[in-house]
Amino acid sequence: MTMTEDRTVRVYVPQGSLGVGMFAEEVDHALAHDPHAIALDAGSTDAGAAYLAQGVSKNDRGSVKRDLALLMGAQQRAGIPLLIGTAAQAGGDRNVDWTRDIVLEIARERGYEPKIALLYSEQQKALVKQKLAEGRVTNLPPLGDLDVAVVDRCLHIVALMGPEPYHAALEAGSDIIIGGRTSDPAVIAAFALWKGAPAGPAWHAGKVAECGAQATTAGTGQRGVIVELDGEGFEIEPVDPAFQAHAHGVASHLLYENKNPWRLTEPGGTLDVTGCEYHQLTDSRVRVTGSRWEPQPYTMKLEGATGHLFQTIMLVGIADPDVLAEPQAFHDKMAGVLQDRAVSATGADPEIFDISLRMYGWNGVSGMAPPAGSVPLEIGLMCVVTAPTQELASEIAKACNPYFFHMPLRAGMELPSYGWPFTPGHVDRGPVYEFALNHVVGVDDPMELVRMELFEAAKAEVA
Amino acid sequence: MTATSGATRVKDVCRQVRSKVAGPFWVTIDLMFDTQENYDQYAESPALSAEAIGAIYRIDPAAISLYPVPQLRVLKISYPRRSPQGGVEERDLHSGQQYAYLLDHPLD
Repeated sequence: MTMTEDRTVRVYVPQGSLGVGMFAEEVDHALAHDPHAIALDAGSTDAGAAYLAQGVSKNDRGSVKRDLALLMGAQQRAGIPLLIGTAAQAGGDRNVDWTRDIVLEIARERGYEPKIALLYSEQQKALVKQKLAEGRVTNLPPLGDLDVAVVDRCLHIVALMGPEPYHAALEAGSDIIIGGRTSDPAVIAAFALWKGAPAGPAWHAGKVAECGAQATTAGTGQRGVIVELDGEGFEIEPVDPAFQAHAHGVASHLLYENKNPWRLTEPGGTLDVTGCEYHQLTDSRVRVTGSRWEPQPYTMKLEGATGHLFQTIMLVGIADPDVLAEPQAFHDKMAGVLQDRAVSATGADPEIFDISLRMYGWNGVSGMAPPAGSVPLEIGLMCVVTAPTQELASEIAKACNPYFFHMPLRAGMELPSYGWPFTPGHVDRGPVYEFALNHVVGVDDPMELVRMELFEAAKAEVA
Repeated sequence: MTATSGATRVKDVCRQVRSKVAGPFWVTIDLMFDTQENYDQYAESPALSAEAIGAIYRIDPAAISLYPVPQLRVLKISYPRRSPQGGVEERDLHSGQQYAYLLDHPLD
């Protein structure tokens, strides 16, 4: 593969995440830049493990469909590929299929006939255990070595793809590529790398553009940027001329959601931006040179979601001045009363359940003691009951209900009623979804753990 | 967090302080200093050492990484979460509020 005739590759990154909302006029602005591909991600781990565990999107179907319709329209108009990474927030197999069905629905409604590639990177537990037994699984700090029991507890496991599976889909002539879990920079860097752009600038451009126009004066992932790769570096500017990219903002983006501001480990190597220079080319355009890529043995990061504990919550608002004068004393008394009540009413072993009280307006976020002399105006008190089954969590919450809503601060006081916000007073919240894996798996080939399906929308069976 | 009224605090020398998860197991905090002078004076001062940060967040100082970024006048602080994102005791899933406990931290 070679770079295009003018030796540059332009990629339109329309959004920080598919479905966050788009402005239709951005597509016209973007296509005026004559891009060679459209690339974006549709998720990340930021919002927690629920989306991997449940196989659902964080953004609702209508929002995703509206944005996808605009992007598929742009794909048709320009005749350029559309690459989507980390489908439906988590990139599990069901997340990919959910996105595929929306794409097919839009194609049917509009008479589009794209060639579609699906890239699946969900992993079977048996295969992860086999890799573990072969010594190909390595922990990342702060977690220790992987325990087989943890693998067994996972509801779903995905491996983070690099750009190579996208290359395979592009080689096959795909118009729309729907990827499972993928490194955010990788899906944006993929097309430029396929066209022969140097790895350092391609990965760096991918990192800066992964949040759409957030690193520009647009300041939002609802708007897009154009990144242009050449043999020595990359340039970036917002698609809408009303906004600008500034050198400081582009340089600062490596700080965002990233542990190390200089180095970013990715499948197959590490991006190093230590020696980068950021040039303000025009009011709205920044050029970046000096991005380096250090190839390393190919690894894929594993992400797993567990959900073996369940929660029921209750909430009250408290304006009682006696309680507000002594929040910690109230908390401690309540914690003891609820614990005793849970054991006496249900007979449950105290080792298997947990009751946590969060006093919002006092220390609900920190859990730490506020400065001496602090007096809250109100307290929102949330009770979180965690147990091995939803039934037990619910049973404990119901048993505690009269105490949680009516416990006096001191014996002898009239029975208070704290501010109930709803009835019934408890909410069965469902499983506690938690990320359990922070490990990488070594592979001999970037496609080893990836399954690719190719088909034409016009010939697809109705979903 | 026992700032006396005369002490210079983090919020006095930063134009912005923010925090966010960096993957499900790490928190990262960016202290964006307002002037070069303040960056030079405070970014690598003992008041912002791993020991001092560890005391605020109850984290082993050995697990804390400090990255001074002079080009951007930023001190980046990264440390492991006390429990993974979304666990039983979760109070700040994005770790987006963790910066708040640094704002009144005295620097001298």
